[in-house]
Order: sequence, then structure tokens, then C-alpha cells
Amino acid sequence: MNAVLKDSTQGQEPLLSVRDLHVHFNARGEGLFPKKRTLKAVNGVNLDLYPGETLGIVGESGCGKSTLARALLNLIPATSGHVVWLGKDMHDAKPSEWQNVRKNVQMVFQDPLASLNPRMNVMQIIGEPLRTHKPELSKDQVKERVKQVMARVGLMENQLYRYPHEFSGGQCQRIGIARALILEPKLIVCDEPVSALDVSIQAQIINLLKDLQQQMQMALIFIAHDLAVVKHVSQRILVMYLGRVMELADKHELYAAPKHPYTRALLSAVPLADPRLERAKQIQMLAGDLPSPLSPPSGCVFRTRCPHAFDRCASEIPPLIAVNEKSEAACWLY
Amino acid sequence: MTKLIDVQDLNVRFDTPEGVVTAVNGLSFALERGQTFGIVGESGSGKSQSMMAMMGLLAANGSASGKALFNGEDLLSMPAAKLNKIRGNRVAMIFQDPMTSLNPYLTVERQMTEVLEQHKGLTRKSALSLAIQTLEQVRIPDAARRIRMYPHEFSGGMRQRIMIAMALLCQPDLLIADEPTTALDVTVQAQTMQLLRDLQRDFGTAIILITHDLGVVAGLCDQVMVLYGGRIMEQGSADAIFYRPTHPYTLGLLGAVPKLDHEGERLVAIPGVPPNMARLPAGCPFSERCPFVMDQCATVRPALEPSESDPMVLRACHRAVADVLRDAETVLPT
Repeated sequence: MNAVLKDSTQGQEPLLSVRDLHVHFNARGEGLFPKKRTLKAVNGVNLDLYPGETLGIVGESGCGKSTLARALLNLIPATSGHVVWLGKDMHDAKPSEWQNVRKNVQMVFQDPLASLNPRMNVMQIIGEPLRTHKPELSKDQVKERVKQVMARVGLMENQLYRYPHEFSGGQCQRIGIARALILEPKLIVCDEPVSALDVSIQAQIINLLKDLQQQMQMALIFIAHDLAVVKHVSQRILVMYLGRVMELADKHELYAAPKHPYTRALLSAVPLADPRLERAKQIQMLAGDLPSPLSPPSGCVFRTRCPHAFDRCASEIPPLIAVNEKSEAACWLY
Repeated sequence: MTKLIDVQDLNVRFDTPEGVVTAVNGLSFALERGQTFGIVGESGSGKSQSMMAMMGLLAANGSASGKALFNGEDLLSMPAAKLNKIRGNRVAMIFQDPMTSLNPYLTVERQMTEVLEQHKGLTRKSALSLAIQTLEQVRIPDAARRIRMYPHEFSGGMRQRIMIAMALLCQPDLLIADEPTTALDVTVQAQTMQLLRDLQRDFGTAIILITHDLGVVAGLCDQVMVLYGGRIMEQGSADAIFYRPTHPYTLGLLGAVPKLDHEGERLVAIPGVPPNMARLPAGCPFSERCPFVMDQCATVRPALEPSESDPMVLRACHRAVADVLRDAETVLPT
């Protein structure tokens, strides 16, 4: 599909390919006889993910990053488009076929405590994927595997029969990661895995995810609103705004030479933990507020806040095109 | 000259079923007009409770001791009627979550004019025009119409700006901002921080900024205090804290933040979990997690004293500055 992908992943088959994916929700209009309105949460996304790589997805609230992640696993059904998993198009796939995919794709959620069943103990929580996907394993085998994976994520064996409320946020996130790891999946989708945690705990979890990825050679989709966190874990980064991809680039290229005006604004807004740099910094302030996703601007969705907008931006939607071999942007400037 | 706010040995205690919990212990700081003071810490460090105590907003089971002199008058021992004349008027507060701190049943107009009628004795009509003016100052577009709307009709960023506008109505001498941007997206956060900076320049308001985000502190604060387990770990100018940190906790905290501007491979992860306030060690609260810990740390509390290397910096640590700095490279866990 594009040059960015080929050069880092020579000749490999993509693990996951997404083509023109749309996820739309029906929303109720205003008034006594409301007109039906459509909220396009994900609007024509294309991407490829290769074995062992980390793709970061960034964007502000409401940009569709979580919806995209859920649609990849069919947790939210896609309205149109194709999700191709290991060469197999999952369009119209039967539930049993999705079941097969989910053996290889697991998810880690944002709120560590809310994503664990409070009435199950750690053993039951972490062992559940095994009971679902590998019912042939005996109780002892499950327990043995649970213990192994607990050691991997830094949990103690004596915590096996404790319940989620007995753990801190960081430990709950470790349980969530252990649950995702136990099937040894090819891909883990992490939806804001560290944003609910304290700074020092955040660092523990980020280091853990990086280590595990290296040891187990799995691919990672890492969703976050924090550009600094994403930079730390990802190889390629996808920037979304109002359901559309603004830029897709190699990490170094994205941070050193952002192409899309939105990416530039996003990067300049990140506060730096350095007083002199921070005081001297020129922040490129975005004008106005995020438009309503129910009535996004015509043409380029970012044009209402873009400092470079011109006539063409209002009339035509810019396609995602390769700016150089390391980055693609959806912008009429290129 | 009397300081604008002079806090001396502030302690906050809570009576809980598990016994008395001391959330804040021996906090002292002073602030002059137009200055910005940053309080940094993780959850449970006592940063919010110390401010709640100053504003007389502690929960029913909480009590405060010490002194908090505002223009020479002690806020802690003041009768409620007198305190009511100061808070919202001379001292205002911005809270973390704008949705839960605005009244959902009242229009923005009612909530804003109430403040002015109460403190300034304005008529409803003149209060309204001043309120609209203030909303325009925080860049709410179409303020005259928008002011009749309810909080839920605004976006998160706008709600936060409404809160700031409300806090500024009476042009306070001191603004306490408790995690003012934590719930916001980065671009909105940058707008909000810029707004605070402008307001400070225009009105000479002193700001106490509470946050866990070191980046936010770096851009705005003159003086910074680092709290852990309800106690001051290190306190000094922003430059000293960011460029010449000497306390193990400050070093850990700075190393744990993922940064945009440097290509660090691993983050410094402070081991362990945030402290349980009901069971703090007798000595230094950080001793359980400190990579520099010595025998006496768990039992003997280090005093908050001027640092050997810089008398303008206060630090509470048994380890000599030279020791910490020499070993920082090797001891800090990654």
C-alpha cells in the first residue's frame, strides 16, 4: 500500500490490514420530530500492521481512536470496510471465526479496576481466556500457566486468590496485562493503558510492556492521548482527528519533522518538563474548539482550526498520500 | 511587608474507621503577589487536601492545625461568616473536574451572577454584563448567548474556561488551581495554561498550581514543592528542582516522565506503590521505595533543612547531596 511500511518490514505479510474502515453510529437529532443523524466515529481508515511492530494511535478525545481499536476486534461492528486478519477478510465472518481471531488478539483497557470483574479472583480473571479458548487444559495446567504469566508481569504467587479491590491501580493494570498475555497472542491492543496511573507507576507499566514485547515478539497497538508516552513505545504513529487519519509516519520522522498542521499543533502543545525550554517555547495555539462530530466540516475536517487552510480544503477531502518515504499526510499542502 | 499567603506548619488529619490518618504534615510555604507556586505529588501526597484545608472545605471527619495567614489573617481559625467573605472573592479555586464542580441544575448565568451579587453587591443586571465580559476574556465565543446555557451544553475545555472565568469574577488576589488541566486534551491544556499566564500578567494574581504533571509546572511556576506521603520532600525554585534535583524522590519523578525531547530507552521506574497513608513508616515516608535507603531512614525522620549544595533549596533526606548525585546514575532503577 505504501512506502512507509515496506522499508521497515521487508516482504513480510501484514498481521492485520484495514481498508477503508467506517464505523458510524446513529444519533438522535434535536427537536420534537428528530431527523436521524449519523456520527461517523471512524471515517475511512486504512492501515497495515506487521508482526512484532508497535503502532501508536494518538488523537484527542472524540477522534475515534478507541472506536477504531474496538472495531478491529469486532467489539463494535464496522459499518463498512474490511479488516483483514492474517490474509483472511473478516467481512461477514461468523462469530466462531472471530473467536479464532481473538485467540491471537487481546486487549488491555484504560481503567484497570473497571475492566476486572470484582467477583472473580486473580486466578479466575487471568485464567479465563484459557478456559474459553483452550478448554482442553486441566485445572492444574491452567494454574501453572497463570503462575508463569503472573511472574512475567511482576505479580506475586501469593496473590493468586486475591480480588481486584485488594490491588492498587498499577497492580490491577498488571493483572489486565497478564490476562491479555496468557494466550501468547500475536497482537495486544492497549487502549490508554497508563493514563489512569500515577507518574511513577506509569513508568513501571510502560517499561513492562516494552520488555514483554521484546521477549515475546508480539505486535502492539498502543492508543494514547499523550504524545510523549506514545513516542516512548511506538515505531510508527497514526494521528487521528474527527474520525480521520491526519498523518501516519515513522516515529522519528513524526517528532522531528511533523507534516500535518494538526500534528504540529499537537506536538507544540505538549508541556516539557524543562522550565527554560517551556518558557521559551512558541506554542502553536489552535483556534476555537473541536467541531461537533455530528456535523464535521466539509472537505478536510481540520480546516476550521488550521492556520494554513485555503479554498481547496473546504471543497475536497485530502487523501492520505506519501510525503516522503517515511511519512504520509492527508493535507493539501503536499 | 506581609506576604500574600503565609502557611506555617499546616497539618491535616482525618478520623477514619482505621484510626487517625495524617494526610498533610508540617507544610510551610509563603507566596507574594504575582508569583506562582507549584505543588507536585502523586495520589495521596496530600496536595489537594492541604488546599481544601486552607479554604475550609475539608470533609466532616477532617481537621486542620497550624496557620494559613492570608494578608496576615489566619484562614484556619476564622469564623465561617468571615471566611465566606474571602473565599470566592479574594481567594478563588479551580477544581480538576469542571463537570462535577459546576451545578448542573443552574445556568452558567445564574452561577456566575450569584458570585457577584454575593460578594460585590451588584444588581443582577450589572452582574450579568460583568459576567459576560469575563466569559469573553476567557475566550468563550458568543458569550452573551452562551451564558444562558447549562454546563452540559459546553465542551470539556469550555467548561474549564467557565470555571476559570467564575474564579476570576472578583479579581482574586490568590487563585488556587487544583489539577486544572488534568481532564483536558493537550491542545486545550495549552490554551488553558496560556490563559492562566495572561491573567497573571494582567491582574498580578498569585497562583498556587497543584499538579502531578511536571511539564505543566515547568512552564508556569517560580517556586516548586515536591510532596510525598503528606510531607515536603524538596522545595526550591523551579530551576533548582528541574535542573539540580537532589532528593531521591524528585530524581525518580523526573526520570519517570516520558519526554518528547530526549530519546531515552527506558524510563526510571520508582519501584513499589504509592504509600498507604494509614500505615506510613515512622521515618521518611519515601523510605519504602527509595533506592538510596539506609538503615536509619525507616525509623528516623529526616528534617527539612536547607540543602548543603544550595541554601535556597529545602530538602528532607538523610543522604548527603553529593552521595545522591554520585550514585544517581547507577542506583536509579530502570
